[in-house]
Amino acid sequence: MDKVLIIGGGIAGMEAAGQLLKLGYEPVIAEKEDHLGGHVAGWHKLFPDMMDASALIEQLASKLDGATVYLRTRVAYMNRLKDGYSVMLSNGTGLVCRAVLIASGFRLFDAAKKEEYGYGVYDHVITNSDLEAWFNGVEDFRVPENPRHIAFVHCVGSRDLKAGNPQCSKVCCMTAIKQAIEMKEKFPDAEIWCFYMDLRLFGKKYEDFYINAQRDHGIHFVRGRVSEVGEDIDGRVVLKAEDTLAGTQVKLKADLLVLMAGMLCNEDTATIASMVRAAVDSDGFMRSRDNIYRINESNRPGIFFAGACTGTKTVPETVAEARAAALDIHNYLSGND
Amino acid sequence: MIDFGFGLSRSSAVRLDEVDLSLYKRLEELEPQVRTCIGCGSCSATCTAGPWSGMSIRKVILNLQRGRDIEKMLSNCMLCGKCTMVCPRGINTRHLILSLCRIYEKK
Amino acid sequence: MIYEGKQKIWSDYQKEIPDDHWYFVRSCIRQNFFPASERMFTEITRNVLGKDVHETPYHTTCGGIAYHCDTIPHETVMTIVARQFSLMTEAGYENYAASCITSFGNYTEVLETWHEYPELEARIRENLWKACRREFNKPKYLAHSSDLIYKWRNEIAARARHLLIDRHTGEPLRIVEHIGCHYSKMFPSKGVGGAEYPYVLCGMIESWGGQVVDYPERRHCCGYGFRQYHVQANRGYSVSNTHKKFESMEPYRPDAIITNCPGCPYFLDRWQYVIAEQTGKTYGRNGFGIPVLTYEELAGLVLGYNPWDLGLQLHQVAVEPLLDKMGVEFDPDAKYAGLNKEDLLRPGLPVNMKCF
Repeated sequence: MDKVLIIGGGIAGMEAAGQLLKLGYEPVIAEKEDHLGGHVAGWHKLFPDMMDASALIEQLASKLDGATVYLRTRVAYMNRLKDGYSVMLSNGTGLVCRAVLIASGFRLFDAAKKEEYGYGVYDHVITNSDLEAWFNGVEDFRVPENPRHIAFVHCVGSRDLKAGNPQCSKVCCMTAIKQAIEMKEKFPDAEIWCFYMDLRLFGKKYEDFYINAQRDHGIHFVRGRVSEVGEDIDGRVVLKAEDTLAGTQVKLKADLLVLMAGMLCNEDTATIASMVRAAVDSDGFMRSRDNIYRINESNRPGIFFAGACTGTKTVPETVAEARAAALDIHNYLSGND
Repeated sequence: MIDFGFGLSRSSAVRLDEVDLSLYKRLEELEPQVRTCIGCGSCSATCTAGPWSGMSIRKVILNLQRGRDIEKMLSNCMLCGKCTMVCPRGINTRHLILSLCRIYEKK
Repeated sequence: MIYEGKQKIWSDYQKEIPDDHWYFVRSCIRQNFFPASERMFTEITRNVLGKDVHETPYHTTCGGIAYHCDTIPHETVMTIVARQFSLMTEAGYENYAASCITSFGNYTEVLETWHEYPELEARIRENLWKACRREFNKPKYLAHSSDLIYKWRNEIAARARHLLIDRHTGEPLRIVEHIGCHYSKMFPSKGVGGAEYPYVLCGMIESWGGQVVDYPERRHCCGYGFRQYHVQANRGYSVSNTHKKFESMEPYRPDAIITNCPGCPYFLDRWQYVIAEQTGKTYGRNGFGIPVLTYEELAGLVLGYNPWDLGLQLHQVAVEPLLDKMGVEFDPDAKYAGLNKEDLLRPGLPVNMKCF
């Protein structure tokens, strides 16, 4: 039976491993963290169905019987053989495999880099990911008890040349709307404000979410990017933005500010790519052979991609890609190409 | 008080947490659909009165949301109903204007 | 406010400031507005700290004020700057310190422009040669003079006679720091602490015992805005911006404001009088304004200089409440005495703001 190395045990790696097992292969997952599930493992609910993120992870994990999983493990090196790769993992395990799936995912933009928003400086500024952790019951002193105004800022570290990421992170608009609704449900008396540049709600049921947020929850949408955040004497955050539709400056004193940190290529991407001389794209993510038909394929034989290592992806896109990658690997290994 | 020939200008910035939304809230009660406006401008683009009088339903709604007075603008509407035909969110803008007139009458 | 978060940003924006041998250029306007400040800078650096700070009477404006008022083109500014650099080169210095924030911004902008467009630098060298047969080296280090006082703040603290502590309560004085826009907003990496949370004045306040006030409109311009003030029709915008800052800092009840720009202390000081006379409102305690000091004046008070030798009698807002809190001894009757001890004429006093 062929071993297949899967770099990254997030939802892409997990789903691909499950599928490869069914196809009769021996998947070996190398995950650098101490748990499987990647970013999704820390999330609370997933749009558009508001499925529990933990339920998805459980479902994926239930299909991993027989897979080898190494946690807290990175790839130390990979060498190209005549027909495959010789791999050494950081835990000392060596293996030879004909195919490698890179599912190294993304990293969240470090919101502190947008200094003007005061993440890590002002008392009540958190990120999308902090809020999900709070939804999951993690204590967070930054979330006040009875907020009257809550603000969400879209595109933090996305579509922002100076932040080093000109790309749209795609999921944040929907995440903001989802989280805004969840906050409104928790704090019905609070006014919730979403500051956006464009609303990019492209997926199934996404527009429904938006209409729902407006109509049923009275969430306010202000078209304009927050340019500066301060803190007043009571510890409230003070936001400055332009309401570009009204053509006027607006100011808001909010009790909580949530920054929608975007998705960047994982910091390991370049290292992993250089081990097998796989191409990295201009956006820092892995470069697929093309972005239409062969997204799962790299420019090197036997090296495949799944999920957010090639660009920002939603959860369903990632899972679908992981399945497709498993099939691509199967075809490659069985000579069906 | 001394006249220096110049003085403090009033800031046009809107304080979102302090604006008086009572008119808008009353409109929301009468016309819940108003919340779904996305500011696309279809209504204003097709408005018969707009180019001559400055009438714009989009601005009327937005100004109410920002606590500004819209009575003067409202009086320019000719109630032709063209805006209602084009609204992608299905807001009955003509009805909304009539509701606003009622609110202003009571004010 | 999470202090460690700011410290992290401050540590990201530290710039290299050599410890000695500086060529110093003055501001066009500071000697009129705050006449002892630059004098204090040379006094402290040379005589108190024993540093080599050199200046020459041959230097001119850097052209920044005219540039920002839209009256001369940038090429002219760059040629003026080139001449300034040639004076530094002739004097045998490599470290250039400007007293004016706009100058500092201007020099930074010119050096960055030459870095990006070397052909422009070549043309300016040619301009300068044609105009006055001079040549120059670019400075190895460029600093604003507040960067130097920041660097030596602890040496000043070690010699302090009066700390920024209210002698009546024992509490640290609450000090607002205001940074000139051209210090780091254009080139954040060139300022100590960057542009969002500059540390250059905070460092002095902390080192001298005070407590820094961070208020929502901290980053906002003082209101000067060059053309906003110089064109009389726009002057209302200038005072309105200043008003916005005072309204924002008022709840913190600051004891003083310190600044590192020529224009800012002037406008933060004088506009308090205008606001008081127009609206009746004052921002200090008991009908006083909030004293606004340059960092050199504050350093001078800390080191125990006589406030009237520091030119504090030229401020519009009375500084006496601050002197009292710091425990600075002063002779009220000497406030308007000239250097020859003769009584000078007394200024008219505002109606709505308490002054002496």
